[in-house]
Amino acid sequence: MPTPLVVSEVAKSFVMHLRDGIKLPVVENVNFSVAAGECAVLGGPSGIGKSSILKMLYGNYGVDAGQILITHNDVTVDIAGADPRTVLNIRRDVIGYVSQFLRTVPRVAAVDVVAEPLLARGIKSDVARTRAIELLEKLNLPEHLWQLPPTTFSGGEQQRVNIARGFITNHPLLLLDEPTASLDAENRAVVVQLIREKKASGTALLGIFHDQDVRSAVADRIIDVSMFRAGREAA
Amino acid sequence: MNEQPLLRVNSMTKYYGSRIGCRDVSFELWPGEVLAIVGESGSGKTTLLNNISTRLTPTSGTVEYRMRDGQFRDLYRMGEAERRFLMRTDWGFVHQNPADGLRMTVSAGANVGERLMAIGDRHYGDIRNTATRWLGRVEIDADRVDDQPRDFSGGMRQRLQIARNLVTGPRLVFMDEPTGGLDVSVQARLLDLVRSLVNDLGLSAIVVTHDLAVARLLSHRMMVMKDGYVIEQGLTDRVLDDPREPYTQLLVSSILQV
Repeated sequence: MPTPLVVSEVAKSFVMHLRDGIKLPVVENVNFSVAAGECAVLGGPSGIGKSSILKMLYGNYGVDAGQILITHNDVTVDIAGADPRTVLNIRRDVIGYVSQFLRTVPRVAAVDVVAEPLLARGIKSDVARTRAIELLEKLNLPEHLWQLPPTTFSGGEQQRVNIARGFITNHPLLLLDEPTASLDAENRAVVVQLIREKKASGTALLGIFHDQDVRSAVADRIIDVSMFRAGREAA
Repeated sequence: MNEQPLLRVNSMTKYYGSRIGCRDVSFELWPGEVLAIVGESGSGKTTLLNNISTRLTPTSGTVEYRMRDGQFRDLYRMGEAERRFLMRTDWGFVHQNPADGLRMTVSAGANVGERLMAIGDRHYGDIRNTATRWLGRVEIDADRVDDQPRDFSGGMRQRLQIARNLVTGPRLVFMDEPTGGLDVSVQARLLDLVRSLVNDLGLSAIVVTHDLAVARLLSHRMMVMKDGYVIEQGLTDRVLDDPREPYTQLLVSSILQV
C-alpha cells in the first residue's frame, strides 16, 4: 500500500501587493510523509507556518514549489499542481479536514452540515443522517441543537459540529487544525478516542495540537516545523 | 460518464467598437460545477456571460456545448430556432432584475407553465400541478399560483424566476447577480435555496456576482475579471484565502467584516 501522504521540497510565501509587494516567506524545503495508521503532529511556536502547511495540503493555499503527493483511485496525484476539479474530487474521496473554525451556511441544520460529506459521496440521506446523529451524540452536542443551523452556537458547539463533519467519512487522510482548542476536558477525551479509532482503522492523520495532554495522547511523532523556516529576504 | 465537460469556451473576445468587452477568455465547465465570475462593475463579467449564453455575438472565439446526445455543437453555428429551443429547455437564465426574466402581467403559475408548454406539455392539469409543485420548492405558497408577479415582493419574484427556469430540468443555468437588489435576509434565503437546488439537481451554473460572499457560498471555482481580462482563476476557497494577483488581493481585503 502506498504512503498516504508524501510532501517534498514544498515552499510557500505570501506577496502582499497592497504593501508595496513585500514578500513574507512562510516555509521552504518542507519534507515529510505520513503513514497509514499513524498520527503525526506539526510542532513549533505560533506563526511558524503549521496551519499554512495544512492548508496547502488541502489545496486551500497555493504552493510556490515542491510536491504534495497523495493517492486517488490508485493514481498518484500532486495536489500542488492539480486543477480545481481534481482537488474537489480529492477532498470528497481522500482528504478530510477539520478547520479551526466552522464556516456556517445560513439555514442549514447542524445534522445536515455533518452529514454532507457522506451525501457528497453518494451515501443515502437517512444513512448519512443516522451516522451524523451518532457522532453528535458521542460529542455530547445537546439534541435540541441538531436541527438548528450552527450560526448561533457557542465556539465549542460549533467546533464539535466541525469535528463530526470531519470524522464522518472514512477518508484515508485526515488533517486536524487544533480540533480541541475550544473544548472542555470531557469532549477533548472524546476527540482523543475518535482519533485513536481512526488510527486503528488505518487512517493517516496529521494535526496541530497546542494542548499538551491531547498531543501526548495521540501523537506518534512530532514534525518540528521550525526546521522548515524560510530565510528572510528583501522584497 | 462525467468525463467530458458540458461547455467549452475558446478564446472568447468581444469588442464594443474599439473598446474591449472581454478578451481571450477560455475555460471548460463540467457537469455539476458552479463557476463564479467576479469583478467590479465594467470588468466584463456580464459581457462574458451574455456572449457565452448567445445573448450577444462575440467578436471572435467559439462556445461549444455538449448536447443531450453527447455531441459537442458550436453555439454560433447552430440555427436560430435550434438555439432558441436550447435556451428555452436545456438552459436557464436568471436575471438580476426579475422583471427581465418574468412576464409581470400573467399569473405565477403561467410564468412557470409557459416553459413547460415550450417543451410540448399540453395537459392543463399536469402543467398546473407541476407549476404549483415548483412554487412550493421555491417557498411560494400554493394559494399565490394565480397572482401576478407584479404583486410579489422582490424576493418572491426572484424565487419565481428561479422556478420558471428550473421547471424544464435544464443542465446549465446562467445567473447574473441573482441576489443583486435583495435585502440581506432575503439574500440568505435565496442563496440557500439556489445552493440546495443546484446540489439536488446536479446542475452546472455560471454565476456573475460582485459579491465575494455569494461566490464563496455557491461556487466551486472562480474567475476574477478586470478590464475585460481574466486575471486569476482557481478553486473558490483558494482564490479567496490565498489571492495572488494585486487586484484580487484588493478585492478580498475590501470585504467588510461583520
